[in-house]
Amino acid sequence: MNLELLEGCTREMAENLIIIAKTLFVIAMAFGFLLVVIWFERKGSAFIQDRVGPNRAAILGVRLAGFIQNFADVTKLIMKEMFIPGEVNRIYFILAPFIGFTFILTSFAVIPFADNLRIGGFDIPMQVADLNVGVLYILAITSLNVYGIVLAGWSSNNKFSLLGGLRSTAQMISYEIPLGLSIVGIFMVFGSLHLNEIVRAQGELLFGFLPRWGIFVQPLGFIIFISAAYAEANRTPFDIPEGESEIVAGYHVEYSGMRFALFYMGEYIALVLSSALVVTLFFGGWQIPYLDTSDLIRHASVVLKVLLLGGAAMSLAAAIAFIGYAKRLKGTWGDIHDREGHVLTTFAVLALAVFLVVLFWLWNVEFPDWAARTIALISQVGMFLIKVLFFGWLFIWVRWTLPRFRYDQLMGLGWKALIPLSFINILISGLVILLVQR
Amino acid sequence: MNEREKQSSDSPFGVNPGRKEDIAEDFPREEGGFGVSFERLDEMLLEDLDTEPMYINIGPIHPATHGTYRIFCRLQGETVEKAAVEIGFLHRGFEKMVEIKPYGQVIPYTDRLNYCSALVNNVAFCKTVERMLDLTVPERTQYIRVIIMEIQRIMDHMICLGAALVDLGALTNYWYFFNAREKLNDVIEALTGARLTYSYVRIGGLAWDLPTGFESNVNASLKTVRKAIHDVTRLVKRNRIFLDRTIGVGATSGEEAVSFGFTGPCLRASGVPHDLRKARPYYHYDELDFDIPIGQNGDCYDRIFVRIEEMHQSLRIIEQALKKLPGGPINVDDKRVTLPPKGKVHGTMEGLINHFKLVIEGVQPPPCEIYDSLEAPNGELGFYIISNGSSTPYRIKVRPPCFYTMNGLKRLIEGGMVADIVAVLPGLNVIAGELDR
Repeated sequence: MNLELLEGCTREMAENLIIIAKTLFVIAMAFGFLLVVIWFERKGSAFIQDRVGPNRAAILGVRLAGFIQNFADVTKLIMKEMFIPGEVNRIYFILAPFIGFTFILTSFAVIPFADNLRIGGFDIPMQVADLNVGVLYILAITSLNVYGIVLAGWSSNNKFSLLGGLRSTAQMISYEIPLGLSIVGIFMVFGSLHLNEIVRAQGELLFGFLPRWGIFVQPLGFIIFISAAYAEANRTPFDIPEGESEIVAGYHVEYSGMRFALFYMGEYIALVLSSALVVTLFFGGWQIPYLDTSDLIRHASVVLKVLLLGGAAMSLAAAIAFIGYAKRLKGTWGDIHDREGHVLTTFAVLALAVFLVVLFWLWNVEFPDWAARTIALISQVGMFLIKVLFFGWLFIWVRWTLPRFRYDQLMGLGWKALIPLSFINILISGLVILLVQR
Repeated sequence: MNEREKQSSDSPFGVNPGRKEDIAEDFPREEGGFGVSFERLDEMLLEDLDTEPMYINIGPIHPATHGTYRIFCRLQGETVEKAAVEIGFLHRGFEKMVEIKPYGQVIPYTDRLNYCSALVNNVAFCKTVERMLDLTVPERTQYIRVIIMEIQRIMDHMICLGAALVDLGALTNYWYFFNAREKLNDVIEALTGARLTYSYVRIGGLAWDLPTGFESNVNASLKTVRKAIHDVTRLVKRNRIFLDRTIGVGATSGEEAVSFGFTGPCLRASGVPHDLRKARPYYHYDELDFDIPIGQNGDCYDRIFVRIEEMHQSLRIIEQALKKLPGGPINVDDKRVTLPPKGKVHGTMEGLINHFKLVIEGVQPPPCEIYDSLEAPNGELGFYIISNGSSTPYRIKVRPPCFYTMNGLKRLIEGGMVADIVAVLPGLNVIAGELDR
């Protein structure tokens, strides 16, 4: 690709623009995940519990199976009064939600969502910050998150909040240790702390047929890491600080409106971050199994055709499903909601048409290098998104299945079970690496 | 360099801490060198920390208390040092209010005692009044009362267990139980017309006969109940987190339970095999084939699983009673309690006067004091009625089963952790309506 479009810009400006574009993309991705995961939570929990979940909030009659509920919630939370109780410590009370939300969001800076994009003489790493010590950065930021909770719990002038804040602090600090130790094995196997290096190293094949994903080389590490990640995200079964009935929602009980929304979003972004970390370290990140980046670039036309065909097939299936849905909806609401089936069918048919048209138009086109690389990029990003969404669903699934720990049992698990296990994991990993290298 | 200087300069700090002479003058000294002995180290650290006990209030408005009562705790860290339980927030004056009501009009008040299983309260009250009048209700009524009481037992246990599991963090089980409970409630709604305060039982019988299709409806809903219990049991039975939170928590021995006055599932969980349906059978319970689940340790786990097993046994009872259900009249043919048929009312003078007296004055038991009880889902629910011959009771005293289980709460939570309160409390199934009357 030549730089005609950027004529007059210096290379530095282009690089700055690229960084800004990546930041915006990561923030958009984080918020997109947030919406989808909250939707999963509400519809998924309803599905597990034999209920229906939110199905009323609609824009012009379109409900999208409860996805619009997110927007209704956001609107409500923005417009609610942000009440500050009387005797609180105002500075920390106002500061705490920001800490709880912002630091987690900055952790996304080092998560790679695709392989390096090499076009037009640029070698663009697909992370906002290309740190050599990426994982260390994330561990450091998660340690800072504890401040949000402890400040919220303490400044609320409420015994239950204080209890919740203290418990959460102790829990998060305790579980940072197995969180860090469990991935020492990953560092030893892949030889680097740089997240993109780790993901690239997971592209190779083990024993000739198994992709060299973290979970296959470090199964124990995976189990410890995911348990510690659940504890760091304050999700059941480790949600004592926030969900325990006897402390009535714990450290964020005195918050309302946008401040509560920040805690709420912070919790789900922590969930998404944990999923993204699990995927990056243990499940190959953006790697498509058996397909290298160079493979993707070489066969970009095939990849594109497969993607477009897949899209067309899904649109066709969706259109058929929505036609049935429109038939079932007919007359049940008596107002604009009845039209939802028709609206959705229209969109599905339009999408089908677009996919087919593009497919035929690009059937025999020779792809220039930049197009091939872009196609590879898109497919890798798509793979990453699918994997992260699966693990987000796993969080939700676990939350609604397991009861929660008592506080001392939780601390016992962290200190007396997970830490020794992670030491054993390090020992065994070291031994195996030594033996394999011989 | 003499001996002393050599020893002093060995350590990197320049002083040898093992030598008493090198320690600062004001450092607390104990025997054993180094100024501090290890036995007192923990105490000295704790004296430094000097944490104060924290006083918190759990209730009366609280998600964990299923009802309005207050538990005032003194916490040392996470441990409950002392607890004081305060009840009476839902006292509505039941026993005083019914002193001015004719016996028939007391029945809706009894609904509101244990509102999770209202029909059982109705039956308990009517059973006592029938005993005062020396009446035996017809066979059909007895079997119907057995069926509805067992259905209510299942519903009450479902509420208790659903709430217990919610407090432990497993929220899905609540929905599984409540979906099944909805089916049972639909059956009862078709029968009585109401969803919470049924008031279906009358003195001397029932309000009306079973609707058509009752038996098939009940059988269909029992299938849903079986599936729900199966799902929930599978989810919690071998779940390590659940077992850790409930085994050994809030354990009572048999003697302790009896001394507190426990009855019902809490007593049976402690190992005492006492069930009024077997000990003093009524309404043909001795002819029905069912077992009494008995626990071993009296901890939360036992209480929860005794209730689950009791639900299974109730299912057996309902199926047998449905098969044995005879035909016949619903109300006992006694002119003291039952309105005469309309033909006699409009036809004969005796019927007219009987109808008039029953409507204006109501049931008038002879002057006596009677206590009668039955096995409610929570335990022994008893009514002690003093009658002075008039149409209103002179005094009614209710023996609520959860009053005596609440008695034991203080002993069960003291010494445990705060999280154990929410594990123990729903297992006792304290329903404030019954507790405070």
